[in-house]
Amino acid sequence: MTPVLADFLASGTILLASALLVITARNPVHAALWLVLAFFSASCLWLLAYAEFLAVALVLVYVGAVMVLFLFVVMMLDINFERLRQGMWRNLPVALAVGGLMALQMFLVLGTGEFGAGQVVAPPAPAPGYSNTRELGLLLYTDYVYPFELAAVVLLVAIVAAIALTLRPRKASRYQDPAVQLAATKATRLRVLKVPPAAAPAPAEAPPAGEAPR
Amino acid sequence: MNTATFSLATVAPAIPEIALLACVSALLLVDLFVPDREKHLSFWLAIASLAGTAVLAGATVGNATAVTFHGMFVSDPMSQVLKVAALGASAVTLVYGRLYLEARSLLRGEFLSLALFATLGMMVMISAHHFLTLYLGLELLALSLYAMVALQRDSARATEAAMKYFVLGALASGMLLYGLSMLYGATGSLDIARVAASLGGAGASQTLAVFGVVFVVAGIAFKLGAVPFHMWIPDVYHGAATPATLFIGAAPKIAAFAFVIRLLAQALGGLDHDWQAMLALLAAASIGLGNLVAIAQTNLKRMLAYSTISHMGFLLMGLAAGTTNGYASAMFYVLTYVLMTLGAFGMILLLSRAGFEAEELEDFRGLNRKSRWYAFVMLVVVFSLAGIPPAVGFLAKLAVLQAAFEAGFGWLVVFAVLMSVVGAFYYLRLVKLMYMDEPAGEITIAPRADARVLLSANALAVLALGIVPAPLMDLCARAITASL
Repeated sequence: MTPVLADFLASGTILLASALLVITARNPVHAALWLVLAFFSASCLWLLAYAEFLAVALVLVYVGAVMVLFLFVVMMLDINFERLRQGMWRNLPVALAVGGLMALQMFLVLGTGEFGAGQVVAPPAPAPGYSNTRELGLLLYTDYVYPFELAAVVLLVAIVAAIALTLRPRKASRYQDPAVQLAATKATRLRVLKVPPAAAPAPAEAPPAGEAPR
Repeated sequence: MNTATFSLATVAPAIPEIALLACVSALLLVDLFVPDREKHLSFWLAIASLAGTAVLAGATVGNATAVTFHGMFVSDPMSQVLKVAALGASAVTLVYGRLYLEARSLLRGEFLSLALFATLGMMVMISAHHFLTLYLGLELLALSLYAMVALQRDSARATEAAMKYFVLGALASGMLLYGLSMLYGATGSLDIARVAASLGGAGASQTLAVFGVVFVVAGIAFKLGAVPFHMWIPDVYHGAATPATLFIGAAPKIAAFAFVIRLLAQALGGLDHDWQAMLALLAAASIGLGNLVAIAQTNLKRMLAYSTISHMGFLLMGLAAGTTNGYASAMFYVLTYVLMTLGAFGMILLLSRAGFEAEELEDFRGLNRKSRWYAFVMLVVVFSLAGIPPAVGFLAKLAVLQAAFEAGFGWLVVFAVLMSVVGAFYYLRLVKLMYMDEPAGEITIAPRADARVLLSANALAVLALGIVPAPLMDLCARAITASL
């Protein structure tokens, strides 16, 4: 067994095991943490396929940002996950039977030798000094600039759609309007009271609420 | 080392797309400063964007085939014609839907900009020369459509429709991507020309490629709504606001046609024996089920949804022929089908008003008493959908049937003709309701003059094309011959 194959098998096993734990864990926070492990193992697999940049990006973006957000949401939402999972154990035998049948069918089709690594041309080994990130960047901004821009437009549509579907202007809400605050002048906020210089020692009336401090 | 150079000549074939993207970005910004009462400004800005882009796209018609952006983008005679048609269909959809949207306070910048984004997605699909651009165009279109359906948030039916559309659409995209990844494995490229060349050669793994074709065809069938992947069509057509339904039902079919041509005819032309049989089976199932189930519908939008399924069957039949003649007939079919769909949903929108959806068959009862002209408009459109001469639907069906017969699908042709006769029943039932029955409720025709004139012109075009089909048929034949 070559070291690469050993690495592949180890990462793959951890990936599958953690993915299984994601869906069986009782506590949603634990499930999210198992998902982090699954992402990490997947990035190890990518490293083995010479995709260093993607592997690092997966860890940074998914593990570092997306999963943290996800954990926040899971902790903030008050969802009864036990109720969502109701019936899981009852339906499990059927699901296992169907899944097992599908796996058997796939094995029968894929085991014919028509599929597999032998059918696909192996990528050439990288030259010394080869930089995955540099090559990716070069391709992305030259040959693939059109799809790259299109992907940006797809994200723009996602933003427009997300805002249009969730933003509901509520009339009852109170908020500060910086424009009005900045446009305030002395005349609107300050009232100068003429207090006669009375000899009376009694203190002047307390200024009305909202008066500018003296 | 990759050193691509960019000059005006590189970008020139994509000028219509670039212009539309600039317009929709401008619309997004301008709309923020347009007060709610003045939304017709945004509306006219959107129409002007589509019209201007159509003029730019029309200026490219007749240009020689040009591949640019490193093989990502192609401007060939087929794409030039289809782009103008898609832009026109989108603009007409917005004009028909304006009053309906206004009455339900849906005529907002978001709806308009999503419509423009969807149109941009269609143009990208039509001009794609690479699986990656094909897929990105499809997602751009689909994401915009999901959001357009969901935009009517207070309607439970629309939300349910959007949910179903989104989940099944995502599943279809997944299937398609899986198939494309297998094709990549088999051929080592995503470029349509290179995939075709590789499949023609000896180096590619044929078994793996055929495996990929199965997934690709399933994904296509999902997107077109062909049986057995049709489950989403009735619910989405019924649940979405009528202008959104019309938007889904009209222009995207043109893009879907281009999508199938690019994928199956151009990239996978070498495997045509494998996908021809699959398309023929999908066509037979769609024509059969669509026509039979439509009979049981009392809701016009649902009935038109099942009619769409059967029409997609006819489209697939033309494509299954696998000949230039078949592709040209399918192109003629899709262009005329879009014209008919615009007319049919245009009539529903014409009779709808605030708080009233004219979407039940009963709502058309006795229309002839109220307005002879619009009853005639609906008559022409319905005759065309049923395939009764002299409306254009007859010739479109005839051309497709002929192409399929020549390709050796005799059984399919006989079955399709029989099912068309069955289908004529539910179309003629609508004609009977309009002409021979007394009006049941009040019928009002609310929209403004622009929508009415356009709808009349639409029906007259359906009739005129049925009498003088040669120019459009020629155009389709020339475009397909020059592009393949």
